[in-house]
Amino acid sequence: MKDIRLMKGNEAIAEGVIRSGCDGYFGYPITPQSEVLEYLMATKTKERTGMITLQAESEIASIHMVYGGAACGKRVMTSSSSPGISLMQEGISFLAGTELPCLLLNVVRGGPGLGTIQPSQSDYFQAVKGGGHGDYKMIVLAPASVQEMYDFAKLGFDLAFKHRIQVMVLSDGAIGQMMEKVELDEQIPRLTDAEIKQKYPWATTGKTPDRERNIITSLDLNPVKQEIININLQKKFKHIEETEVRFERIMCDDAEYLFVAYGSSARICQKAVLLGRARGIKVGLLRPITLFPYPSKELAKLAKQVKGMLSVEMSAGQMVEDVRLSVNGAVPVEHYGRLGGIMPAPDEVLNVLESKFIKEKNYELHTN
Amino acid sequence: MSYIPTREEIIEDHDNVVYERTCLLTDNPLSYCPGCGHGTAHRLIMEVVEEMNLQADTIGVAPVGCSVLAYDFMNIDMQQAAHGRAPAVATGIKRLMPDKFVFTYQGDGDLAAIGTGETLHACNRGENITVFFVNNGIYGMTGGQMAPTTLPNMKTATSPFGRDTESMGYPLKITELIAMLPGTYYVSRQSVHTPANVRKAKKAIEKAIQYQKLKKGLCFVEIVSNCNSGWKMTPEESNKWMEENMFPYYPLGDIKVPK
Amino acid sequence: MATVKGEIVVNTERCKGCELCVPVCKEKTIAMSANLNSKGYHFASSINDDCNGCTNCALVCPDGAITVYRVKLKEEKVN
Repeated sequence: MKDIRLMKGNEAIAEGVIRSGCDGYFGYPITPQSEVLEYLMATKTKERTGMITLQAESEIASIHMVYGGAACGKRVMTSSSSPGISLMQEGISFLAGTELPCLLLNVVRGGPGLGTIQPSQSDYFQAVKGGGHGDYKMIVLAPASVQEMYDFAKLGFDLAFKHRIQVMVLSDGAIGQMMEKVELDEQIPRLTDAEIKQKYPWATTGKTPDRERNIITSLDLNPVKQEIININLQKKFKHIEETEVRFERIMCDDAEYLFVAYGSSARICQKAVLLGRARGIKVGLLRPITLFPYPSKELAKLAKQVKGMLSVEMSAGQMVEDVRLSVNGAVPVEHYGRLGGIMPAPDEVLNVLESKFIKEKNYELHTN
Repeated sequence: MSYIPTREEIIEDHDNVVYERTCLLTDNPLSYCPGCGHGTAHRLIMEVVEEMNLQADTIGVAPVGCSVLAYDFMNIDMQQAAHGRAPAVATGIKRLMPDKFVFTYQGDGDLAAIGTGETLHACNRGENITVFFVNNGIYGMTGGQMAPTTLPNMKTATSPFGRDTESMGYPLKITELIAMLPGTYYVSRQSVHTPANVRKAKKAIEKAIQYQKLKKGLCFVEIVSNCNSGWKMTPEESNKWMEENMFPYYPLGDIKVPK
Repeated sequence: MATVKGEIVVNTERCKGCELCVPVCKEKTIAMSANLNSKGYHFASSINDDCNGCTNCALVCPDGAITVYRVKLKEEKVN
C-alpha cells in the first residue's frame, strides 16, 4: 500500500529530499517557507538517514555551505523565499561556474523589497534568466501541486547530478503553504563516501595517490581558458534545452485560444479552461513544468493552431516575454497578472481572455 | 684533524638533507610578491599536513584575496570560496565529511570584513574546522587598500592620508573576539618572519590540526604577516615595521589553549 | 674545531631575491648573486664555507627555495 499523507507543500519537498537520499540541508528561516527547515529538524534527519540539517546564520552562509557539500559530491539543498534567494545570487553564480549539482527551492513571495508574504511569481526572470553575474542557466522546475513539490525533490537531484547543474524548484507561497494528498515512495539510500568517490571523480574527497588533486574553482584569469569554460557551459545548456523540456497540455488538441501558465496560475487557468468550455470557448492550457528549458517548440506548434495566447502570471509580465519569443509573432500574445500577492480568480482570467481576443466587451476588473 | 668533505660530496648524498621543500607544495612558482609571508605560511601548513600523513584526508578552502590561488600551490584537494564565505564552505564540507581534516586559509579582508558573519558563526557553532588567518593589515590582491586590521594613521590606497579612526573606525581584533566564543577550542597568533617565530608558528599549526581530530571545536591560527608591496617597503623593512607597529596591536602568542 | 659542516643549495629559479635569508644567517654565508635568474631576480647564493646547516635561511624563505645539507665531521683518531 502506498504511503499517502496530507502535507503542506513545504513539508512535502522536505520529505521528498529525505527519501531521495539527500545528504545535507542548510537553510535559514523566511516566510513563507520556514516549514522546510522546521520539518527537517522535527523529523530528526540524522537519525532517519544520517542526513545533516543545519540552520545557518544567513541565506548567504546557507548557499556557501551548499557549495562546500556539493563540491564533495554530496546531495545538498537549500531553500528560501525571494529576498533570501536574492542574497544567494552570488553563491548560485559560483555554483554555476564550478558546475556543482544541488537543489534550490524558492517559495516566491510578493516583491520587490520586503514586499509581502503572499504568493507571487515575480521571480521568474531571476530564476530563468539568471539573477547572478555571468552567463549561466539553472534547470527551473515549476510545481503546481503538493505532489509535485514532493516529486521534484527526486527529479531535481537526478537532473542536477545527470548534468552537473543547479536545479531550482520555483514554487510560491500558496503551493508552499497549502495542504494536499501526497503519495510517498520508498527510501532511496544515501550514497556512501566510496560510491561518491567512484561516481563523481571530480569531487573533493581527499587527494589519494591514485589521482591528481581535485580543485573546485570558478576562477581562471586566462581569458582563453575562461572562454573555453564558458563555451562548454553553453554547450551543456543547449543539450539540456534539447533533452529536458517538460510541460503539460490541458485540452489543447482542439483549442482556439490558449492560456500559458505555470504553478498556481496554471491551477487557476485549469478552472478557467472548464468555465470557458462551458461558455462555448475552445480554450486550452499549456503548463510549462520546466521554465528552463522552456517549452518553446510546443508553443510555436500551438501558435499555428490558436488565434491568441494569454500568459497568466502573478507578476507584471515576465514569462510572457518567453511566450512571445517562442511564437515569434505568429499569433498575438497578451499578459494578465495580479500583483502584490493577490491571486486572480478563474472567471477573472477567462474574462480577460475574452475581452482581449474574442469580444470588445471588457469586464469590470476585480478591484478590492 | 677530521676529514672535511667537499660541497659536492655533501650535496650528492640525499641523507645529508636537514631541510627541504615539502612535496605537498606543487612545483608552480608562488604568485606572491618577493618576501611575502603567504609563501612561508603555505609551506608550514603543508609541511604539517605531510608530516601527519593527512594528504588524502585533507580538504582546503581558499579565499578571495592574495591567496586566492592557494590551490595552485597546495597539493591537496581544495575548493575556492567566494569572498568571505570560506568558513561557511568549510562548514558544509566538515558537516558532510566529518572524518576529513578541513581548513580555511583566509586574509584579513576576507575573514574580518565581508566574511565577519561567517567567521563569528562558524566559531560560535564550534565547527570542527581549522582556520588559518593571515593578517597583513591591508587588501593586497586589489592593490593595497585599507582593511579592518589596518592600523590607525596607516597609509593605504583608500586611506591615503592615514587611517583616521574618527571616520574609519579602529583595527578589528577579530582573533580576540572569537577567542571569547565557547565554540573555539584553540586560538593562537603567530608570525613567520624570523626562524624562531617560524618554529613557534609551526608548533601552533600542528596543534591546530591535531586538535581538530578531538572534535572539540574550532581551531584558529592567526599569522601576522608583512605586505611589503602594499606597505611600500623592502621585505626586510616590512618585517621590522611589523614588529614595531603591528605586534603592539596584535600581540603574538597563544590566546586560548584547551584546559 | 667545527664538528659539523653545512651546505645550502638555492633553487635559483624559485628565488625572488627578497633577501630575507641574508640577515638570519649567523655565518654571513649568503649574499645576493650578481647574476639574474630568468625572471630577472638576483638570486641568493652562498659566498663562504662557514655554513653549519642551521636551516635558519630555509625556515624564513617564503618560496622554499633553499635546501640545507649537514654532515657530522668524523673525528680521526690522532694518537
